[in-house]
Amino acid sequence: MARLHTPEELDHFRKELLSQRDPSSPCISICAGAGCVASGAADVIQAFKATIKKEGLAATVDTKGTGCPGFCEQGPIVVIYPDEICYVQVKAEDVAEIVEKTIKENIPVDRLLYTDPVTGEKAVTESDIAFYRSQERNVLCNNIKIDSKNIDDYLAIGGYAALAKVLAEMTDLEVLEAVKQSKLRGRGGAGFPAGRKWEGSRNAADPIKYVIVNADEGDPGAFMDRALLEGNPHSILEGLIIGGYAIGAHEGYFYVRQEYPLAVENINHAITQAREYGLIGDNILNSGFDFKVFVHQGAGAFVCGESTALMTSLEGKVGEPRPKYVRSNLKGLWNHPSVLNNVETWANVPLIVNNGADWFASIGTDSSKGTKIFSLVGKITNTGLVEVPMGMSLKDIIFKIGGGIPNGKAFKAVQTGGPSGGCIPAEKLDLPVGFDELTQAGSMMGSGGMIVMDEDTCMVDVARYFIAFLTEESCGKCVPCREGLRQMHRILTNITQGKGQKGDLELLEELSETAVEASLCALGKSAPNPFMSTLRYFREEYEAHINEKRCPALSCRELISYIIDPQKCQACMICARKCPVDAIDGGKRKIHVIDQERCTRCGTCLEVCPSRFRAVTKLSGEPIPVPPSEDDRIISKKSKKE
Amino acid sequence: MSQIQFEIDGKKVTAEAGMTILEVAQREGIYIPTLCHHEKLAPYGGCRVCIVEVAEKGWTKLVVACVFPVKNNIRVQTRSPKVDRIRKTIIELLLAHAPDSPALVKLADTYGARKDRFVKDPSFCIHCGLCVRYCAEVAQKNAIGFVDRGIHKEISFNPEIAARECNDCKECFPLCPTSYLQAVFVYTQSLSSP
Repeated sequence: MARLHTPEELDHFRKELLSQRDPSSPCISICAGAGCVASGAADVIQAFKATIKKEGLAATVDTKGTGCPGFCEQGPIVVIYPDEICYVQVKAEDVAEIVEKTIKENIPVDRLLYTDPVTGEKAVTESDIAFYRSQERNVLCNNIKIDSKNIDDYLAIGGYAALAKVLAEMTDLEVLEAVKQSKLRGRGGAGFPAGRKWEGSRNAADPIKYVIVNADEGDPGAFMDRALLEGNPHSILEGLIIGGYAIGAHEGYFYVRQEYPLAVENINHAITQAREYGLIGDNILNSGFDFKVFVHQGAGAFVCGESTALMTSLEGKVGEPRPKYVRSNLKGLWNHPSVLNNVETWANVPLIVNNGADWFASIGTDSSKGTKIFSLVGKITNTGLVEVPMGMSLKDIIFKIGGGIPNGKAFKAVQTGGPSGGCIPAEKLDLPVGFDELTQAGSMMGSGGMIVMDEDTCMVDVARYFIAFLTEESCGKCVPCREGLRQMHRILTNITQGKGQKGDLELLEELSETAVEASLCALGKSAPNPFMSTLRYFREEYEAHINEKRCPALSCRELISYIIDPQKCQACMICARKCPVDAIDGGKRKIHVIDQERCTRCGTCLEVCPSRFRAVTKLSGEPIPVPPSEDDRIISKKSKKE
Repeated sequence: MSQIQFEIDGKKVTAEAGMTILEVAQREGIYIPTLCHHEKLAPYGGCRVCIVEVAEKGWTKLVVACVFPVKNNIRVQTRSPKVDRIRKTIIELLLAHAPDSPALVKLADTYGARKDRFVKDPSFCIHCGLCVRYCAEVAQKNAIGFVDRGIHKEISFNPEIAARECNDCKECFPLCPTSYLQAVFVYTQSLSSP
């Protein structure tokens, strides 16, 4: 492919691409995102390609592996254009039937359509599915339409039009003004207004400036950025180049964690293609603007997602945050003004240019504009990525889109904002999602992780888990974070093991204050959040653990006992056989009893006890009932009436 | 360089732009405790014990004096109930590692810090980084460095460089607020030249 020299050439090339693509001929899009690949998408893609070839349809039917559309729970997902018929949980064996019916005869295969668990209705297209219906997918929507390794696919849906517009028709100031007017706030965590950050760098006197993509997504359970990096890398790249133009930077960096190998591959591929087309390099589209892009792989430290640690790491030093009280947009990478934004923030930039700042600002709440992608995980029916307008209530996200809590359990809390976010309880479910709203509720937006917890989750254990994560990920430079978290983790572990003492909560609060007020970087300053928010909303759980040695959620191993209800046990021997430590005494027609001394509380007996008996239960904080006498344990032969 | 005027513990002072609060305080004879600071080394901001309160444009924030550059019209309080509380907790956290460090014991007296507040982790090193930074920035030998991260972080001599350089230098020894550094050196020496 030859280089595109001018905006007109780009436009002409796009038209040529579209003229070669018949919008009415079928196109099979198979999600090749990490979730679907894990459930077998690679085989499905292979099967489609082979079948289409075998049937001699290769000339008229396009088959492609695409980015992730977000409905990971139901993967592998296949969407067939032009009718947008959506199939879920597709296996390689289903491919022949899909080609036979849908491709050749345009008839949907009923059994592969999504069935609404509430209404029982079949959904033919994506937009018929409740999971998608309430979303507003401005950023994610293109993932399923394009082969992320093919720049032509991105161009065909209007890609790089924003860049061409910016270079040909707008001054750097106008671009900056548009981003400011859109009120776009950073999607990485703190929600700093992007326009203000850009303006600071733009106005700095230093002629050398940088733009950086923070793609070091490390929150447990979060994969928003991954889906974009893998599925639509050009959208981020286009945003980055536009940002470079607006602030006067000629070099851009992608800082991608190396645990995302496909993201690294796709970004590198996208950069190579964009360079070949002349969309990166010298004199882009004859504008006189030069821009280079480099990819740097993070070596696995969570703290490198913190902006100053990321820049230190980019410089080739140990990834520790800087102690300086100066903003990176004035003195950042190699002490030059540097604008660092998150993947999703950059991906929003072309949308703002194309649709206008007013369009963007019309979505969302007063202080939080646009849409936000959340990764909805945990005890939720529809695990996946959801993109919603800011201001939607947590309840709508969890119940309307997420389909609520599985297995008839009750909702308990949702953890937002990553490991250093907080837990929001049921009584706050009407809270609209927005940067300030979540912060006021003791949590934060973070980069968009949303972990849903049901009634079986112990909130003390949740706090312990996240503090443990942060203790491991602390860089160790400053005392309040390194030592404070070490002690907090120790105290929380003791509490979950029934070794909590009077005064522990006060000590934890003191350590929290020290970490929040005195830590060097945002990791330490926000690290106590999991403790502080669970204490705020679930103090009685902490008190039960400490004062009564009781875990109300029946979750903390050291505080619970498993018992077999003699009235319900049918002496079926299943639990006794499965018990890994032979702690269950019993026999045929002899009611089983758990030896509490031997029991390791693994829960196997509860899991395997047939649901028609439900004889195994958990206890916490109450005495173990005395088992029946040997004689009473013998079950006499059942009468026929039973 | 332009002059900055501000207030520290009620005293009006003038300083050069670019100076830190700690530098000005030391010049004025106002005591701010430090553990990881050394005048020959770049500010590190690790121990956080030099935390002070700064009032600027009507709102108060906590900053570390060894890094924060002075600004016009700020009001610095080197002690307050909150500052003292945080310093006490920091000292107590470090006492769990090095309960007999003279520098810590002295600070503990001032701030009422207890040795037994936290479960002991007698690693002796308090990660002030003075030895590592002195060796890199002043001696320029890089014979000692940090290994690992977070709570697993340790100081460690590079035996090859240490065998060559350290015997004639040892300038880092008196910097160590605990006696741990010397012990590590002796250990490394015994490994490299048995």
